Amino acid sequence: MTVATPSYSAKRRSLRQQDARIAWLFIAPSLVVILGITLWPIIYTFLLSFFVAPTGINQVRTFVGLGNYLTLIRDPTFWETIGRTLHFTIVSVGLEMVLGLAVAQLIHAHPPGWRVLRFSLIIPWAVPTIVNGAMWRWIYNGDFGALNGLLLQLGLIRHYIPWLTLPSLAMDLVILADVWHMMPFVALILQAALAALPVELEEAAAVDGANALQRFWSIRLPLLRPAILVALIVRTVDAFRVFDIAYIITNGGPAFRTVTITYLTYFNTFAWGKQGLGAALSFLISLFSIGMAIIFIRWLYRPEEIA
Amino acid sequence: MRTYARIASLLISLGLLASLVACGAGKAAGPVTIHVLTMDQAGLKPAEIDQIARDFEAANPDIKVVMEYLGYDYIHDKIVTGMAAKPPAYDAAMLDVIWPDEFIKAQYLLDVTDRVTDQMKNEMFPASWNGVTRNGRIYGMPWLMDVKYFMYNKDMLEKAGITAPPTTWEELVDQAKTIKEKGIVEFPIIWSWPQKEGAVCDFTVLLFGNGGAFLDAEGKPVFNNEKGVEVLTWMKQTLDDGLSNPSSVSSDENAVRDAFIAGKAAFAVNWLFQFSDSNDPSKSQIPGQAAFAPMPVFAAGKAAGVEGSSVDGSSAFAIMATTPYPDQTWKFLSYLASKEVQTKYSAEMLPVWQTSFEGDSLNQLLAANPTNPITVPAFLAQFPYANERPTVPYYNEASAALQLAIQEALTGVKTPQQALDDAAAKWVSLAGG
Amino acid sequence: MRPRRKTLRKMGLFLLTLPVFAFIYFPILWLVSASLSTQVELFAVPPHWIPQHPTLANYLEILFPSLAVSSVPRAFGIALMNSVKIASAVTLICIVVGGLAAYALVRIPFRAGPVILIGVLGTRMIPEVSLILPLFIVASSLRLINRPEVLVLTYMSFALPFAIWMMAAFFQTIPIELEDAARIDGCSRLGILRRIVMPLAVPGLVATAMFTFLLAWDEFFYALIFTSTLAAKTAPVAISEFVGRYTVNITGMMAGGVLAALPPVLLALIFQRYIVRGMTAGAVKG
Repeated sequence: MTVATPSYSAKRRSLRQQDARIAWLFIAPSLVVILGITLWPIIYTFLLSFFVAPTGINQVRTFVGLGNYLTLIRDPTFWETIGRTLHFTIVSVGLEMVLGLAVAQLIHAHPPGWRVLRFSLIIPWAVPTIVNGAMWRWIYNGDFGALNGLLLQLGLIRHYIPWLTLPSLAMDLVILADVWHMMPFVALILQAALAALPVELEEAAAVDGANALQRFWSIRLPLLRPAILVALIVRTVDAFRVFDIAYIITNGGPAFRTVTITYLTYFNTFAWGKQGLGAALSFLISLFSIGMAIIFIRWLYRPEEIA
Repeated sequence: MRTYARIASLLISLGLLASLVACGAGKAAGPVTIHVLTMDQAGLKPAEIDQIARDFEAANPDIKVVMEYLGYDYIHDKIVTGMAAKPPAYDAAMLDVIWPDEFIKAQYLLDVTDRVTDQMKNEMFPASWNGVTRNGRIYGMPWLMDVKYFMYNKDMLEKAGITAPPTTWEELVDQAKTIKEKGIVEFPIIWSWPQKEGAVCDFTVLLFGNGGAFLDAEGKPVFNNEKGVEVLTWMKQTLDDGLSNPSSVSSDENAVRDAFIAGKAAFAVNWLFQFSDSNDPSKSQIPGQAAFAPMPVFAAGKAAGVEGSSVDGSSAFAIMATTPYPDQTWKFLSYLASKEVQTKYSAEMLPVWQTSFEGDSLNQLLAANPTNPITVPAFLAQFPYANERPTVPYYNEASAALQLAIQEALTGVKTPQQALDDAAAKWVSLAGG
Repeated sequence: MRPRRKTLRKMGLFLLTLPVFAFIYFPILWLVSASLSTQVELFAVPPHWIPQHPTLANYLEILFPSLAVSSVPRAFGIALMNSVKIASAVTLICIVVGGLAAYALVRIPFRAGPVILIGVLGTRMIPEVSLILPLFIVASSLRLINRPEVLVLTYMSFALPFAIWMMAAFFQTIPIELEDAARIDGCSRLGILRRIVMPLAVPGLVATAMFTFLLAWDEFFYALIFTSTLAAKTAPVAISEFVGRYTVNITGMMAGGVLAALPPVLLALIFQRYIVRGMTAGAVKG
């Protein structure tokens, strides 16, 4: 390895070699697990997307090249579904970010009981998705649900409304359930970031005469950028691929209005026996997600913050 | 340095693989184990089916039976994934009446025509074989026959001064109006018209009751003709008039049952289970008030000679084509569906054996359970009119299109004609492609 | 003047917290209330916010299987245990294996580093629905179906990248000077990791462990497809089974829901200090 009295650069070089060796050793187990499990399925799905592959045994798989992708692009249902999914993503993530930031600020201001508030936030986030879905489904129940009960008692409605049957509203109801579940996550991250901000900057600005709004815009928000980025990326990518909660609350209805792009993939792969189309959809979803993540990273990330 | 990493990764992956294989390789030779997938609560309770399996094992020590119970909504997916494996995850599975075509096309089901005994063919209800026979070949063993029944609340009708349940859907509307005006219940009728199979079931009942059909003799969709449009328009009209509960549009059969036994509906179309639930005092607010009546038809249908209409919702067991143990599996299925076993549990589930409904067996059957004297005649009266949903391999996707059409029409997004036309166009493209 | 304005401000802020509390607790309290009701009472209109005839029957059926009338509550306890075992295993492996990888990617400069990081994140972009069929084929040929190991492995495929990413962020917050000083003193990489980095990284590791545990606990679709026997069925699958073909046991499902939510919620509450501290670090350095 190293010579007794090496030159400086030689020592650095061999140290780097040693480094790389150790690095690979540390990383290898993770790579083996991740690639071992996902590599073949990913390749399989990718290749499958170029075939028409009906589900079944001894089924003929016809190579169609980009045929599946073309079918999807020409299918209005595909675009409607993308539209619905984007609607879900933008509204859901938007609400989570705005409300999350507001709640984070609220906690940061330390009102009486702020600790209770902070640990209460953990509860909706920790509740498993299926419990969340079942719970909201029951709340939205048209005949016996709590939402109806509450609105009726508050005098806001005169009869019970069958919430989940309204095509224009159904997606928003699913969004509400998702926001309830994930807003706390955003709030907690942002609150933690706020707590770590150096107080002096804002104090100095206050002394200089900047009001709360100005301090917020020019000092707090920029400093919160990394935290906002983290929350934004994670939530956007996950929201775009949402499936479980729509499956549980509305089964995709009414009139297909809560079928998201992943749900459409599920339908094609499992219910309709069109694995090729399902695979093509999967790939489009993945590309879209990766694209979005890259855009966010480029947009909000400044180079010197990358290690 | 690269080789270090390579060796390390190789060792690790070998290690992982070895441990995995070791986990699974510990299978000594012994009794054959068969895996059977079935629906939770389809006829018998899991505890009862487990008992049947244990009885079978006692009589057949070289066969072990592992039952898996799953909710209806997930069975189809589990079968599809299960069949992707070799050997398949299941040797037998319970099928809903709408799946055989798709599964036969996918070559999932074993042809058992030569295994079916004459006794089975002759003594089981001929209609029960319809669900599993295609082109003269049999692909499964009938298990549970179920149709949708028309149930009403006797007390509510009495209170409204109505002496007899309706025989046509038009009469139903009149009776519902009376009940509503008298303030007995806000929404007298509840249906299952959600974005699920239940909507197509109800639509089947109504469509055939109007003299309509899904496909013509050439297999082309005709449900969008004037008969189908009339039905869908009628459905929407009852919603608009406040006679059908608006939450019908998101209620599956469970929700329909919930509303009916909570006393929130006077009329409810549902599978047999709703009746026993309505008499269960721990759940129901209307014990003893539910009654059967033959499913109404439309006046136009009656004029065209349609005497009755319902929808077939039977289940059958099928052997998966790639099972390594077809003989053992068939043995178990025969036992499961045998006359002896079905008679033993006839308090829970009406047998598929026609001979159980004759002579002494009938008396036995009626005596098995206090509600049988009511349900048996209802069954015998209704099931001859059970209609099948289209037996096409692309049924799932076709049904989804029809569910969508029904939903769009009922929520006013499209006119009934437009919605059905779009669905019909989809069916045509599915048939062609 | 000053103190009064301050109290007014405090009061104002406090009032603002009330709607947030309502938003958080209204659904949860309703969940708990439903879990303590009888089936008949659940269908009351208007709803009984507080059950007039509360009952512990729903919970007892789950916790004491012999009392259960139907099979679903009876099996629930086992499903809960399975979830605990699987989520714990996944978390442990992810922290250990992922921690090593995260540290290497962040601290050890080598060319393939960023590429690997991005590649690892990339695998998370594919929706799980897509990978199920090929995974099932592999799992089945390895005879892993209906065994908890299959879920541990498949969960790691999405939990591990996430854990690595989180821990990488936390490791970045540890001042590199400390490590450099140790290196100059002749400490080996492993030594640095053990003696300097780990103690400082504990909050971050605990936070990552929490997130990973939650991720694994929460997962539904893989569990649904890969397991159905009691050997490996998890809590989310068990909850979905309260919806049978003919009966939706809502009260049972709500009780099951509360119980299924308890472990993650309790863990989160216990370790909240770490979570907060961990999130701070992660949030600041992204």
